[in-house]
Amino acid sequence: MARIVGGITTSHIPAIAMAMSNGLEKEPYWKRFFDGYEPVKAWLEKVDPDIAIVVYNDHGLNFFLDKIPTFAIGCANQYENADEGWGLQTLASFEGDAEFSWHLAESMINQDFDMTTCQEMLVDHGFIVPMALMWRHLPKWPVKGIPFAVNTVQHPLTSARRCLAAGRALRKAVESYPEDQKVVIFGTGGMSHQLQGERAGIINVDFDLQCMESIINNPEWLAGLSNTEIIEKAGTEGIEVIMWLVMRGALQEKVNVVHKHYHVPVSNTGAGVLVLENPD
Amino acid sequence: MSWKKHRYDDIPGTYVFDGKTSHAAYALNKMLFSFNHQENREEFGRDPRAYAIKFGLSDMQKQALLNNDYLELIRLGANVYYLAKLTVPRGVSIQDAGAAFQGITTEEFKAKLASKGKGLIEKLEQQGGFWNG
Repeated sequence: MARIVGGITTSHIPAIAMAMSNGLEKEPYWKRFFDGYEPVKAWLEKVDPDIAIVVYNDHGLNFFLDKIPTFAIGCANQYENADEGWGLQTLASFEGDAEFSWHLAESMINQDFDMTTCQEMLVDHGFIVPMALMWRHLPKWPVKGIPFAVNTVQHPLTSARRCLAAGRALRKAVESYPEDQKVVIFGTGGMSHQLQGERAGIINVDFDLQCMESIINNPEWLAGLSNTEIIEKAGTEGIEVIMWLVMRGALQEKVNVVHKHYHVPVSNTGAGVLVLENPD
Repeated sequence: MSWKKHRYDDIPGTYVFDGKTSHAAYALNKMLFSFNHQENREEFGRDPRAYAIKFGLSDMQKQALLNNDYLELIRLGANVYYLAKLTVPRGVSIQDAGAAFQGITTEEFKAKLASKGKGLIEKLEQQGGFWNG
């Protein structure tokens, strides 16, 4: 049987990709941020997952505004990264697992989450930055990747509560897969930031820390906030934090905190890292 | 035809990208999306006005584009992730754009961001359980 070993929260911003491409990890601006990933990498090496489900939002690479699915899942055996106009280095392709993906899609749909299935899917910085943060030191990606895209770009968006419920459905989907697979879930994006308008540049440390506490011990708190409340506190792009609830919903009710790290500013954002392990 | 009013419309200095905005600025964002391709970025670079006309931008959108008026482009419906496909390859970072939105220098904008980290370690120590090297 497939089982979820744990979940990770991480930023996915392009500035991190630029810093990695340019080898800036030890520069004063970046050091504390990147050092905070060493325990994450050590945990991943220990649990040695087979599959990473990456919950992220596409920023206009695979999806244009002509068709925006609320929840979409990659159902292919390979995913390519490509030029998204931001000057980022294009990374090597990622191996997928079509059988596993189709099983997840079917199970989610049977649980009333009407996933969009994608047999061709370009993955942008939302997907590749987390993968690179975890595994760029290895010659090849050590896991299969499953892109799980949530629309956080064009409103109306799904809600925080719905993301939590989607995660709970995802857990059932994974756990009903007959093959032995160790699965890790990445909840990516956030934390507080606003890139646009006169209010650009807001970072709300207190709210970010509240969100991290909620993700660990009381996801219902974050799930109870409306999108407008989250935007007021965390900024228009800070709404990405709802994707962390997909990850959290896929874990058990009580989790062990393996690692907790927060740094600010990382470019325009607050960056929170959690490694949460399922006790059983 | 009428558009529903939303609570988020009243957040100051904030332009939530919703159906109303996306519908009104479809051509503008379609042009910005085309900048995923190098050949399109080059074509735009050779004659921005002709490129904007090809995509059917409104006169106001064209004017804002040719003036590099990023705040006006946001007001006219550019999605900020798509706007970056225009600005970043032309040497204008997201922080340069942020500074432009506020009419301050990039250095001032970065200093404001850096100030959010003041007292962070003490705060994390009070909360407990955070990694700190």
